[in-house]
Amino acid sequence: MSEPVMPMKRAGEAGGVPPAEAISPDAPVPLADFVPEAESPPPGPLLEATGLSVGFPVMSPLAARIRHEERLLKAVDGVDLTIQRGEALALVGESGSGKSTLARALTGLLPLDQGQIKLDGKVLGKRRARSDMRRVQMVFQDPYSSLNPRLTVAGILHELLKVHRVVPRSEVASFSKELIGLVGLTEDALPAYPRQFSGGQRQRVAIARALALRPELLVADEPVSALDVSVQATILNLLQELQSTLGLTLLLISHNLAVVRHLCNRVAVMYLGRIIEVAPTEELYASPAHPYTRGLLAAIPRMTAMSEDAPAVTGDPPSPLNIPSGCRFRTRCPIAQDICAREDPALTAKPGDGSHVAACHFAFGPVPAAAAETGTDAKSAVVDSGR
Amino acid sequence: MKGPGEVGGGNILEVKDLHVQISTRRGVVRAVDGVSIEVPRGEAVGLVGESGSGKSMTLRAILGVLPVEAKITSGQVLLDGADLTTLPNSALNRIRGPKLAMIFQEPMSALNPVMRVGWQIAEGPQVHLGLSRSKAAERAVELMRRVGIPDPERRFRSFPHEFSGGMRQRVMIAIALSCDPEVILCDEPTTALDVTIQDQILRLLARLCRESGVSLVFVTHDLPVVAQLCQHLAVMYGGQIVERGPVHDVFARPQHPYTLGLLRSAPDVEEVRDSLVPIPGSPPSLISPPAGCRFHPRCQFAEDDCKAQVPPLRPLAGGRSTACLHYERCDDVLEAEGASR
Repeated sequence: MSEPVMPMKRAGEAGGVPPAEAISPDAPVPLADFVPEAESPPPGPLLEATGLSVGFPVMSPLAARIRHEERLLKAVDGVDLTIQRGEALALVGESGSGKSTLARALTGLLPLDQGQIKLDGKVLGKRRARSDMRRVQMVFQDPYSSLNPRLTVAGILHELLKVHRVVPRSEVASFSKELIGLVGLTEDALPAYPRQFSGGQRQRVAIARALALRPELLVADEPVSALDVSVQATILNLLQELQSTLGLTLLLISHNLAVVRHLCNRVAVMYLGRIIEVAPTEELYASPAHPYTRGLLAAIPRMTAMSEDAPAVTGDPPSPLNIPSGCRFRTRCPIAQDICAREDPALTAKPGDGSHVAACHFAFGPVPAAAAETGTDAKSAVVDSGR
Repeated sequence: MKGPGEVGGGNILEVKDLHVQISTRRGVVRAVDGVSIEVPRGEAVGLVGESGSGKSMTLRAILGVLPVEAKITSGQVLLDGADLTTLPNSALNRIRGPKLAMIFQEPMSALNPVMRVGWQIAEGPQVHLGLSRSKAAERAVELMRRVGIPDPERRFRSFPHEFSGGMRQRVMIAIALSCDPEVILCDEPTTALDVTIQDQILRLLARLCRESGVSLVFVTHDLPVVAQLCQHLAVMYGGQIVERGPVHDVFARPQHPYTLGLLRSAPDVEEVRDSLVPIPGSPPSLISPPAGCRFHPRCQFAEDDCKAQVPPLRPLAGGRSTACLHYERCDDVLEAEGASR
C-alpha cells in the first residue's frame, strides 16, 4: 500500500490494449490542459484520511433536549483510507454501510466529527479553501436531480469556471467547449437545459461539471446505477478512459461488484461504517479474507443456474444505531466465535503482503473448526438464524 | 413439483398478441405492441428489458391493473384457457389472489402502512378461501415461517415500517402465496434490495417454486437474475418481444443483436473484459417508433430491409424464436470473439 502507484497502471494491465482502443466511437479528444500540473507531483499518497467519523443526530433537537440525550447515528465510524495518486479505488458495501457518507466527507460536503483528511500531506481545515475544494470533485448518483434544471449546460459550466477562476474570463466559453467534447458530447449541448438530455447524457454533463475544475481526485457515487443497462457501459468506458488519459485519481462508490472489478485496481469493502477489507482488485476477488467479502462475492447473481444452497449471507444488517459489540459482522458471520463478541478486530495486513488488509480475527490465519472454509459452504451455522 | 406437462396442455398462462396503448397529451404510446408469452406450469419465465420497454405494462395488463389512461386494445390473456381480458372486474377479483398474484418492486408502497402485516397476509385467505379470522391468522403465521420471517408469532403484530426492506419483500411474497395461486407475477422484486438480500429472496423464490409448483413471470432488467431463477427468457425492446427461448441457450448463443448487445455491455464478475461494448443510441420513443424493426437505428446488422418491414418473431430450432432478419450474424460475431480469445 505504501509504494506509489503509477498512473495508467490499469490501462496497461488490461490485456495490453492501448488506451486509445478503449475509447468509445464518440471518443473525446484528450487534452493536455486537463492533466493536473504534472511537474513532479509530491511523493506520498494523494489523499490520506485517518480516524474519520461522521454522525447524524437522529432525533429532532427538541426531542433531544427533552430526553437529555442526543442519539447519534454513526454512519462512518473510525475509517482510515489512503488513496494513491493515479489509482482507481472502489468503495463497496451494502446500503447503510456509510460509503456515500464517507465519499461526501472526503469531498468536503459533510463536516467531520473526528479525524482528519490530508491532501498531498496538507491537513484540510474545517472549511476548505476554495483552492482545495477544487481538487476533489464529485459525480452524483442521480443525474436527474444533481443538475440545476434552470441553468443551461453552458450556464452550469460558466458559473463554475468564473467562480473558481479556472481560466481567464475570455477563455471561459472555449474551455466549456473543450470540456463538453471531453465527455463525448457536441457543442450543441451547451445551450440546452438538462431536461433535454437522456440519463446517460446528463451523467456526461455531470462528469464535465466535475472535471471543469481540473480535479485531482474524482469521486463518483454510484454513477451508473440510475441509468439503463445499455447506457451504463458508455459511462463506465468514459470514466475508465478519462482516468487513463488524464491521469485522474478515481474513487468509485458502488454496490455492483462487477462494475468495480471492471474499473478499479483496488477495492475497499465497508460494513456498518467501517472499512473491513482493502485489497488489490484481483487479489480481493481471488482470495477474499473477510467472511463478509466472501459472502458479498458469493451473493452476486451469476449467469449460471442457482445452486440449491442456502444464501451466502443470512439475515439483515444491524441498525447503525445499535452496533453489535466486538466485531460488527459477528451477528451474520458464519464463523463467529466467542472472541468476536468481545474484541473488535483491527485491520491487519496479510503476512508478506502489505497491500491486503482485513479486519477479522481469522482473516489470514486458520479458520475456526466450527466453520467451513469458504463463503459458499459456510451455511450450516447460519442457515436457521434467518428463520 | 409438477412436470413440464404435455404439449398444449402444459401452459398455465398464455398471452396472445397483446396490445396496450396509453393515451397521453403528446400522443398515443404503444407501450405493449403484439406481445405473446407462454408460461408452462411450474416453471419460471423471465421478461427482460430496459425501462420503457413495456415489460411492467405487460405484467399489469395480465393482472388487469393497468393505469386508467392505459387500455388493452387487442389480444388475449388466457389463464387455464379462460380469457381474462373479457372478464368484468368482479370476476377478476375472484381470480386475483387464488389464481394470479403479484409481487411489486417497492414493498413499502405496496403494503398498507396502517395495518399489521399478519392481518395483511390473512386478508386473502379470509376473503377468497372463506377461512375464519383465527384460521386465517394461523395460516398467516405459517406463511411467515415459510418465507423465513423470524419469530412469526410476534412479528404478526408488526407494522410494515418496522421491517427491513428484505423482510417487507418476504411479507409481499407471503401475501402472494396466501391463497395458493397458480401464477405469481413478479415486477422487479429484488431491484430495490442489496445483493446479499437479493440473493436471499431469489433463493426463497426458487425454493417456493420447487415446493409448491407455482409458475412465475419474473420481470427484471438484470440478466444474471433471470439466469439464476428462470427456465425461459423473453427479451423485450420497444414494446415487442425480440427474442425468446430457454434461458441458458439464449445467453450462450443470443440470436438477436439486442440480446447480444445487452450481454456485451454489462460487466461480468467472472470475466474481466478489456472494454465494455455499449449499445449506441437510446431506446425508441413509443409514440412514434422507428419504421420497420424498432432496434434498427441502434443495430450493427441493420440493412435496408430492416427499415422496410417489421420482422415477425420467427421460430428457430430448440424452442427458440427471434425477431431479427439477420440473426445468423450473431453467430459470426460470437465466432469472431471466440477466435480472438
